[in-house]
Parts: sequence; structure tokens; C-alpha cells
Amino acid sequence: MRITTTVNGARREVDDVWEGESLLYVLRERMGLPGSKNACEQGECGSCTVYLDGIPVCSCLVAAGQVCDREIVTVEGLSDQQGLHPVQQAFIECGAVQCGFCTPGLVVTAHDLLARTEHPTDPEIREALAGNLCRCTGYEKILDAVRLAADRLAADRLADIRAGSSGRLT
Amino acid sequence: MTSTPTKVPAAPSDTASLRGRIGDSPLRPDGTLKVQGEFAFGSDLWADEMIWGVTLRSPHVHARIVSIDVGPALATSGVYAVLTAEDVPGGNVGLEHADQPVLATGVVRYHGEPVALVAADHPEIARQAAKKIRVVYEELPAVTDGRRALEPDAPQVHGSGNLLRHLKIRRGDPDPVAPLVVSLDFEVGMQDQAFLGPESGLAVPDDAGGIDLYVATQWLHADQRQICQALGLPPEKVRLTLAGVGGAFGGREDLSIHVHACLLALRTGKPIKMVYNREESFFGHVHRHPASLRYEFGAGHDGLLHYAKAELLFDGGAYASSTAAVVGNGGTLGLGPYNIPNVQVDSYGVYTNNPPCGAMRGFGCVQAAFAHEALMDELADRLAMSRVAIRQLNGMREGDRNITGQLIDSAAPVAELLQLVQDMPLPAERLSEDEFDLLSLPGGVSNTTHGEGVVRGIGYAVTYKNVGFSEGFDDYSTARVRLEITADEPTVTVHTAAAEVGQGLITVEQQICRTELGVQRVVVHPRDTQVGSAGSTSASRQTYVTGGAVKAACEAVRAKVLERASTMLDIEPSELVLDGARIVSITGAVVASLQDVLGTDAVDETVKWSHRPTYPVDPETGQGDAHVQYAFSAHRAVVDVDTELGLVKVVALDTAQDVGKAINPDAVVGQIQGGSAQGMGLALMEEIIVTGGRVLNPSFTDYLIPTILDMPPMRIKVLEYADPHAPYGVRGVGEPPTISSGPAVAAAIRQATGKALRRVPIRPEHITEG
Repeated sequence: MRITTTVNGARREVDDVWEGESLLYVLRERMGLPGSKNACEQGECGSCTVYLDGIPVCSCLVAAGQVCDREIVTVEGLSDQQGLHPVQQAFIECGAVQCGFCTPGLVVTAHDLLARTEHPTDPEIREALAGNLCRCTGYEKILDAVRLAADRLAADRLADIRAGSSGRLT
Repeated sequence: MTSTPTKVPAAPSDTASLRGRIGDSPLRPDGTLKVQGEFAFGSDLWADEMIWGVTLRSPHVHARIVSIDVGPALATSGVYAVLTAEDVPGGNVGLEHADQPVLATGVVRYHGEPVALVAADHPEIARQAAKKIRVVYEELPAVTDGRRALEPDAPQVHGSGNLLRHLKIRRGDPDPVAPLVVSLDFEVGMQDQAFLGPESGLAVPDDAGGIDLYVATQWLHADQRQICQALGLPPEKVRLTLAGVGGAFGGREDLSIHVHACLLALRTGKPIKMVYNREESFFGHVHRHPASLRYEFGAGHDGLLHYAKAELLFDGGAYASSTAAVVGNGGTLGLGPYNIPNVQVDSYGVYTNNPPCGAMRGFGCVQAAFAHEALMDELADRLAMSRVAIRQLNGMREGDRNITGQLIDSAAPVAELLQLVQDMPLPAERLSEDEFDLLSLPGGVSNTTHGEGVVRGIGYAVTYKNVGFSEGFDDYSTARVRLEITADEPTVTVHTAAAEVGQGLITVEQQICRTELGVQRVVVHPRDTQVGSAGSTSASRQTYVTGGAVKAACEAVRAKVLERASTMLDIEPSELVLDGARIVSITGAVVASLQDVLGTDAVDETVKWSHRPTYPVDPETGQGDAHVQYAFSAHRAVVDVDTELGLVKVVALDTAQDVGKAINPDAVVGQIQGGSAQGMGLALMEEIIVTGGRVLNPSFTDYLIPTILDMPPMRIKVLEYADPHAPYGVRGVGEPPTISSGPAVAAAIRQATGKALRRVPIRPEHITEG
């Protein structure tokens, strides 16, 4: 079948997709976007998290056919010409990345949390990231990274308000 | 090289502004790629004309293969090849003993053993075709219990006896007595490494019968040796490059897709990609050995240990993997970091028809620590002593000899580590029932308690672990370091085959080069077999051994540069110093620039470096200098236990560890946090359930690892007592936290509940029953 969808702002069309393929497979193997990871392929680990119409989902659990004419944002779409998103930068600086296999999913999930909640408490961070497994870090530095990113995003917003611009909202 | 250098007056060191030397915590060079999803893991690789390989595995625990019909599979549209044991040109593989066929040959010995391979142009077509392979099996009697395996009439796994290794340690009085005797039996379940990045790689055939394999692994050269053995090819025809590794923890020390992908690539002439899904990953690598432990300690009324007797039985499963070395560790280190004058230890590894077990972080010490630490608590309670004090009283100190008679010739701060964790602030008392936070309670948002039935407990544990390979193993690493001027800037390239698995070794290599050569720009060459072996990324050894090799290669480069400068300047090399981009005389005057000395040349040195030797232990007494170095850590766990439902919330998990020298302090803390989580996981939730040899829970739905809700905040104290025998004084870091964290959690649950709890993981029913 043919899938037509929007990924990271660009219209994408892929042919010969087998009906049993997941969104994760199509992204990784047919669209050249392997950033979303295939750690469990059963919705338990969160490594494949992407935005589907603005909602974070496990792309391994989404059938490819379900994404026709919808909007997908993957980890590859979070940074822009200005550079890394503050969540990505904070993950590097805080040592929240070791092997990095869980990182793309965690970055997307944390990005979503901070778009919804300006100053999440630790329990809120833990609850939001509870669906993302990490085997290397013990999570402590991931918490550090989310706290740091929250502070920086808040500072950015404040600076934008002072400068009278709308700024980056997420 | 020919320009005449100008002498300029002494100036401040050129290297003062260097960032990212040892002791700093520079950011990892692959971080930016990883947070953007652009880092290429093994499963992300792609090549033109690439097709997919899959494995057909045994549904039986022990069976004779009567026949295999590949016809229907091969006839499937999109299928390029179907291979069985008949298609394997070479011999068996194995880390320590080559006892494992690449594909089952005549018999399958465990549930999940690879039987056949399929290559097709879509992974799902390959999987469907694999199901069409008709294998006729005749089931054989199986042995799936470690003790049963040693009985004379037990089914034979390999026909040569089921005993893989028996290590005896005998020290002191053979018939010791003591006023106070405590004993216990302990069982440890089978833990999985559960790295997130599944086994994966890409094999690309060349047109001369050779192959390039890009693979996520822990030891490229051990892989290469085994692949050559299996394919009947010389090493120059089998070239390996490390693909991005999504965690390892021991589970990538043995081969997985390696030979299979190469066989399919050589047969089809096409690049073959193989990626396990999570279910196959549970079958596709070795696990931590389940262990059955019998311990007895004798002590005086003063609490001093008089003797210890221990029997450790490690179930190695169907193939040897690294069981013999695990038995060695369990035996030589399995009584913990205590002074015990009279010792009788018997450590056994056996073959069974269970899944093969091998390396996992902590390697033989993890299982034993649950037993010796439970027994130390028991002893303390019987004597009405503090559980910390009894450990401090018996704890090793520098200058002591351990149970194999080896001198502990660097820091052994057992008492201090325990004191540090004991003195850390305790977490706040549980909130009262009207202001509780569900997330902080056992059961969490399942809303199973608001505090009723919840009791708190505190537990302590301490451990020591060998660093590096032991018992006489030729344990070396190789490093190639190149210094040149590129774009007017001194540039170092460091090339080793040491697997970066997430721990941060590439950052450490950069830090060492900067420190030794005073050069800011250090490029890390891809890891491959074009340079000599670095040994395994395991046994907490790479910062020590590959770090040592990189340091030595930098020293060789520096010597060569100064030799060249000496010739050019007619000054003795001993009177010259390399200071970043300048050559300085011992009086401090700048006598030449590095550019003057090197011109367009590069200085390129390769060094093979070994740590001081270890020795096999005596076969009758187990005495000998078996290990290179010891690393010590202690944990304190605080838990809340819902005694009605058996649910546990770890409230705090605090630790102190001696790391000798923290080359990268932030990365050290990261290792301690992650390692502690894995130990806690074994204590509470992680077990591959094997019944009659069959794996019942090969998924992340049914095999649980700690989430961010399970991990408590940690207080961490890092000591740096330099080991004078090691480069920069480093001590391995990665494993001790996985060893002492679990027993501390188990001890805390015992203290909270008053239950004996002689098995891990501790399940709810163990807490609620009886």
C-alpha cells in the first residue's frame, strides 16, 4: 500500500508498504529516519516514542496505515537551524546519555512533558517518564536533565516575553 | 623539519588552557548524535541491495534432530537462502571452550538454540519462511536442575560429564570450630542483561570471498577469532567494525548474529542485516547464572570470623560460555571482603539443558554477595552487634591476605565505606496518612495503600570485585596514537578496538591523550580489527587496561617527537619537554614549535600494554595470586514494605565506592547509579522464569526492569585512593555497584519484615506467605 503522511514538517510518500508494518518500521526502514528506536517493539520501553498529531505515541504500536494524512514528529525533527533543543542539550550536559538507545524516546517524552508543564515537580517528571526504560543510567541524570531543560525553557520564555516576541513555545 | 627554530623566552604552559583532561568531566563526543537520533546503532545500518536474515530456533529443551526439510521455505517468494548446520564450513565457537555449534548439529540442547537461517528481502517474509522449515525432532530426556546434573545417572548434555568446573579453596584448619555457627541456603534467579539495543549487525561480502561485519559487541577480536573458526577463513578475510552498541553488561561477550549474518552474506553475495526483536534477544544471549548457595560461618563471641564454608553451584546451561571464569570468581571472591583465617570453598559450574549462562556485570560475585551478606546480618543479630560494626570488624584492610592468600596491596577501605554510608542522612520519615504521596508508597499509583501495613527497613552490604581478567589470562590492550598538524592545529588520533558500549571509554581515551600530549583536539578512530585487540569491554577493565595502553602509546609518541626535536636542535631528548604545540627546554625556554618538528609528517605509535600478571590458583588449595586488582563498594538501602501485599518501595539507595582515581567523575557517578539500579532489579523484580528448561517470560511485559518510578534518589560518595600499580591509580568502577546494591535492598526488606527471605528476586508472595 501507499502511505502519504507528514514527517517533521515535510510531506512524505512511500510505496509498497506491507499492511503488517508498524509506523516504527516505516520510519526506520522506508523513510531513512532510524532515530526512533526498536528496543522492544511491544509498547513497553518507550524508545520509539514519536508525536502523532501532537500526541506522543509508541510508534511500534501504530500500524503504518493509520498514519495516512497525519502529522508525525520524530526525534530528528526536534532540533532546528538554531541547534539542539534545550531538552537535547540538557541530556548531553547532565550525562543522561550513556549507550543512548533509550535517549530518542526519552527526549521526545521529556519534550512533551515540558510543553505541557512548565515547572514539573520530581514526581511529575517520574510519572511522565515512567513508560521509558533506561538500562544504563539509573535515571538520576535523566531527572537532572529534565530539571535543567525546564529551567532553561522557562528562562527563554521570560527573555522572549521581555523582548516582546512569542518565542519558542516548546 | 628544516626551518631554524627561533628561541623565545619562557612562557606560561601552552597546555594550561586545555579542557577535558583526566579528572575533568568533558561531554561525551557521541552525545550530540545520540540526542538527535543520528547515532548509528547496529540496528540502524543500511547498505544498497541489503536483505534480512532471521534465525529459526529450537522449541525443545533437549532433542535429536531427525530431519530438516528446507524446501518449502526456500520456495517462498522473496527468500534468497536457507541454511542449516550442513552449510557451516568450519567448527564450533565459544568464548572459553569451543563447544557450541553455529547451528544445531544433530541435537538441540536448549530452548531457543539456533537451528536454521533464512535470508529474504523483507524481515517478515524471512520470519514467515522460517516457520515453513520442517524440522522433525525426537525429544530426549533433559536435565534442568543444577544439582541433579551432577548425579551419576543424570542425562548428559554433552556426553562428557555435566561438571564444567570445580574450584576448591582450602586455607587454614581443615576442621575448624567456632563458638557461634550460622548457616544458610540461598537461591539466586536467572537475571538478564536487558540492554535496550537488541543484537544487531550488517555483514557485507566482498568479491574475494571475504567479509566486513559491522556489529554491536563487546570484544571485536574474540568475535573475529570465533567467526574465522566457524567460517574456515583467515583473519584478513574477516574484518570487524564496531557498530553503535545499545548497552552490553556482559550479554554481548558471546556471539549472537555474527556468524549467522556472515554465512548468509557469503551464500547470497548480498549485504545481510540481522536485528533480533526483544523475544529473540532473550534467547539470543547468555544470562547471569542462577546459583544455589550453601554457606556456613563460624565466629567468636567477639564477632570475629573463625571460619567459612561455602558451596556455590552455578547453572551454566547448555554451553560453557564463560562459566569456568564465573566459577573462579564465585569461589575466589565469594566470601566477601572479609578476613577469614580458615576457609573451605567449593565452587561448581555445571552443564544443564537450561539456557546458556555467562557474563553479566558483577560476574559470579553478585550471586555470592547475597549469601555472605545475609549471613553477616545473621551473625550480627545473633551477637546483638550492629550490622555495620560486624562488617567493619571483619573487613579487609590494605596489607591483609584474602582467602586465596593474595596480598591486598592497595587500599581496601571496607570499614570506611560502610561508615560513610551509615553516616549519610536518612530519608525523611514516611508522610502521615493524610498527606501521603502515592508515588512514594509501595504500589505507587495503583493506590494499594495509604500507609497502612507499611513498615520501613534499612539494610547494608559491602563487596569487593576483581578488575580485569584473572587466573593467568594474558590480559592486554593495544592502542595506536598518531600526532600530526592538521589545519595548523596539533591533532591526535587515537585508535583502539575497545568496545564503547555507553560507558564512556571514548571520552576517557580523549582525556588521556589530552593529558599526555597536551593537545586539545583528539579524534577517536572507529573501533575495528585493523588495530590489535583491546580485550573485552567487561570485568570493569577498559579504563585500566585500554586506558593504560593509550597512555603508553602517548608516551611513545612523545618520546618519538622529542627524539626528532633532539636531532633537529642538537639538544638531548631528556632536556626537552613537549608542551602542547611547543617544544620547551628544561629551563623553560620555548625552543621549537611542534610544527617545526613535525612539518607534514605524523608520529604514529602502536603499543600493546598489559597489566601485571596474574596466576592460576593451585588446583587442590585454590591458593594463588589470581587477580589483578580489587574494587570495593558499600550500599545502604532504605525500603518501605507493604506487608499485606508484599510490595516494596526502595526509598533510598546510598553508596560509597573507592575508584582509585576518577578519570571522568561524572561518568563514574553514572556507572554507580546505573550499576546500582541493576543490582536493585535483581533483588526485587528481575528473573527469567525457566520451567523444565523453557523460558516463560521473554518480553519486557513479563521480564521487569526498574523504571524511573522504581529508582530512588541516591547519595553517592566517591573515594579516590590511588592504586599504585594502575595507570593514574585507577580502579575499575562498573561492577561493584551491581554487587552490593541488591544485598542491601534484600537486607532492608528482611529488617522491615523479619522474614528470612533466602531467595532473590524477592517476590510479593515471599513477603506475605507464612
